[in-house]
Amino acid sequence: MATIPANEGFDAHDHAHDHDHDHKPAFFARWFMSTNHKDIGTLYLIFAIFAGIIGGAVSGMMRAELAQPGIQYLGYFAQLLGTANPSFDEQLHLWNVLITAHGLIMVFFMVMPAIIGGFGNWFVPIMIGAPDMAFPRMNNVSFWLTFVGFMSLMISAFMPGGTGQGAGTGWTVYAPLSTSGSVGPAVDFAIFSLHLSGAGSILGAINFITTILNMRAPGMTLHKMPLFVWSVLVTAFLLLLALPVLAAAITMLLTDRNFGTTFFDPAGGGDPVLYQHLFWFFGHPEVYIMILPGFGIISQIISTFSKKPVFGYLGMAYAMVAIGVVGFIVWAHHMYTTGLDVNTKMYFTAATMVIAVPTGIKIFSWIATMWGGSLEFKSPMIWALGFIFLFTVGGVTGVVLANGGVDDNLHDTYYVVAHFHYVLSLGAVTSLFAGFFYWFPKMSGRMHSEFLSHLQFVVFFIGVNLIFFPMHFLGVQGMPRRYPDYAVAYTYWNEIASLGYVIMAGSMVIFFINIAYAFLAGKKAEANYWGEGATTLEWTLSSPPPFHQFETLPVIDDAAHAH
Amino acid sequence: MSLADTARHAGTAFRTFGRTFGVAAALIFGTNAMAAAPVAPTAPVAAAPAATAPVATDAGAPAAVAAEAAPVDAGSYTPMAPTPGKGMPVDKGWTFQDQYSPTGEEALWMHDVILMPVIVAISLLVLILLVVVVAKFNKRANPVASKTSHNTLIEVVWTLVPVLILVVIAVPSIRLLAHQYDPAPKGAVTVKVTGYQWYWGYTYPDNGGFEVISNMLSDADALKRGEPGQLAVDNRMVVPAGEPIRIQTIGSDVIHAFAVPSLWFKLDAVPGRINEKVLMIKEPGVYYGQCSELCGARHGYMPIAVEALPRDKFEAWVKTQPGGTVGEATEAAAAPAAPAA
Repeated sequence: MATIPANEGFDAHDHAHDHDHDHKPAFFARWFMSTNHKDIGTLYLIFAIFAGIIGGAVSGMMRAELAQPGIQYLGYFAQLLGTANPSFDEQLHLWNVLITAHGLIMVFFMVMPAIIGGFGNWFVPIMIGAPDMAFPRMNNVSFWLTFVGFMSLMISAFMPGGTGQGAGTGWTVYAPLSTSGSVGPAVDFAIFSLHLSGAGSILGAINFITTILNMRAPGMTLHKMPLFVWSVLVTAFLLLLALPVLAAAITMLLTDRNFGTTFFDPAGGGDPVLYQHLFWFFGHPEVYIMILPGFGIISQIISTFSKKPVFGYLGMAYAMVAIGVVGFIVWAHHMYTTGLDVNTKMYFTAATMVIAVPTGIKIFSWIATMWGGSLEFKSPMIWALGFIFLFTVGGVTGVVLANGGVDDNLHDTYYVVAHFHYVLSLGAVTSLFAGFFYWFPKMSGRMHSEFLSHLQFVVFFIGVNLIFFPMHFLGVQGMPRRYPDYAVAYTYWNEIASLGYVIMAGSMVIFFINIAYAFLAGKKAEANYWGEGATTLEWTLSSPPPFHQFETLPVIDDAAHAH
Repeated sequence: MSLADTARHAGTAFRTFGRTFGVAAALIFGTNAMAAAPVAPTAPVAAAPAATAPVATDAGAPAAVAAEAAPVDAGSYTPMAPTPGKGMPVDKGWTFQDQYSPTGEEALWMHDVILMPVIVAISLLVLILLVVVVAKFNKRANPVASKTSHNTLIEVVWTLVPVLILVVIAVPSIRLLAHQYDPAPKGAVTVKVTGYQWYWGYTYPDNGGFEVISNMLSDADALKRGEPGQLAVDNRMVVPAGEPIRIQTIGSDVIHAFAVPSLWFKLDAVPGRINEKVLMIKEPGVYYGQCSELCGARHGYMPIAVEALPRDKFEAWVKTQPGGTVGEATEAAAAPAAPAA
């Protein structure tokens, strides 16, 4: 044994089929010092699934508590997390820690790592015919910054945070609740977590922009790039422009907390609302950061399973650019009740509604892509169809909320919770599953079970709609967000939402069974297992692709990629 | 704001007594009340430094109301029993709470007549198109895919039609905003709402500057009073019905939000700044709301109860408060109250 070189041993065992030049590093070097975009993408996906389990468990704790009025489980949860005999206030503080953790984990450590770090890393270089990302080592730094950021957030849950243990500020970390309102290091750790993962995302964004602008294969002009690459390019620019603003805002929080500055403290001439402007200048582009790559994934899938090129390719690409640009000038619609001037509110109402236009172009173009197609309802296509409908429902409630005068009643109610979960939990997450089943065999070399994936979709669809549709009703009835307890009148819809959670959790069990099935008994995946409709470059490679692809660059000719 | 408008909203005391100068001064200068009641004949009130001297104030003020011939038991107040389903969420409710303010009615109309039909139609259109596509263009029904990938006309149509729809939405939406920002008339009763961790304070700077501290009732106490749990409070914010009220919000520690769904009213209470908005409650009643900006551990336990009363009963309530004054006495009492607030 000892005489066999490690690389040969690995190759002979795991990848006996071909690729003699496929010299993978040994385990530690491969996974902890990785410079390979596919390995880093895999790390991001594993990390996102792990974070998603934690974030999903947190939402389970929340739905359990909300199933009935009154406080039932918070004391028990607080004890589990290490607070012996939690007082009533400590139990309520735990609630705020849960909502904060759920938001931060799902946004920064589940959706973003999965959709940009995972699928972006895996398929952007392949789709443009590049051997790897432009800065492979920086790519590795991006991942580990995200990982350490997540650790910082986990540590914060066990630090004193004022009324109780952990940071209970909401994911928005509004001052002065996050400054003078929360003593103890928990909020500092949470802020540090955002700094780290934000730095990771900025580095990732630089990497994607450089890669896409400089490393496209000969003949791959910008207007021939697959829409998923377009979506990641737009997203990377949003990250690059938005995240530094967040970094500045939370750094000011840190200095307000620890070094006596008063950026957000009126006692020293500061303004709490300034923080909200800074936060949402980042925060609104952030929601497009989460959904735009999903748009790209859906475009690839719809085209593949319709066996048609995407309808209105240029319109689709520039609709994403438009969404990205307009996304920077609508931030104050998150602040309609902070006491904005009437003219400001009118402007943000009008600007916000403008976003519906490019979004509508995308929805209709997807439908037009399918129109006249020869549709095959493989699992990614089912998820994509679900995405289009669910995202539309989430989008139209956004049009309602865009109206500053109407929002006066709905602001900070469950209607808003329903809206953003329809576009994220039912939109972005659905696109994540669509992308996962589209590319899982490509990444792993093993086919998943189509039956289990379809079954998971049906169960997931029922579950999430049961969770989030009744929240519209709670919202119009006036139930505020971020409440652990509620008036008895709100019981009925809350019960249904909690029931929906159980069903949704069941769909996740099916998901993990499916992954286990694929690795244990899944068929070997061919290079192009989706057939003639799949035309982008990843389908020209084996499944999984060789450790280094495109050592001879592919040449894109007009005929093959006409659209 | 013209003097005529001011006078229209000034309430009955103005017309009955015709003490034009004093009242008008109070109205014009608002909480500053620079003109410290030069002609107020009810001397004890003018001299009283408001909140700290309830006895003196009570002595003077009820007399004024009695002279007004209001058939009210001056100085007495019993909390109004809430009407089930009014101003509060209802069991299994899935529509907006009934609205009791003019802007609330307009906003509800905007939602029900304009927004809902539009968003339901768009959602159904997308759903129907998806169903058609799935039925007509599946592999079995349509084995050979077309290669169409452009149609300029249809792309222009589905860009311009949404633009037109949005314009149709925007016009009433902007109008609604303008109405919501109509300033309160000068004579409007002012209530300064202060968010504390975790209760509300309601200060009446025009009525003697007293502050009502409002804490949530336990579910058992709420039940005893026939009020909904989680929403009932010990001391309500009492305001006159049928006239514009000036609501000013401020946070004393962190940001809170003063929100009453059945009045379509929500305004953040931010430390270091005073937000102001007009509120008009059309009819008497009890209207419940809850803090709507995360403010720490007991964010969920600082409800709001607004009790709107006819003008005379409101004035009677004011007089039950320490230092509470109405009518021409206002400007005198307000002067010392303003700095305190």
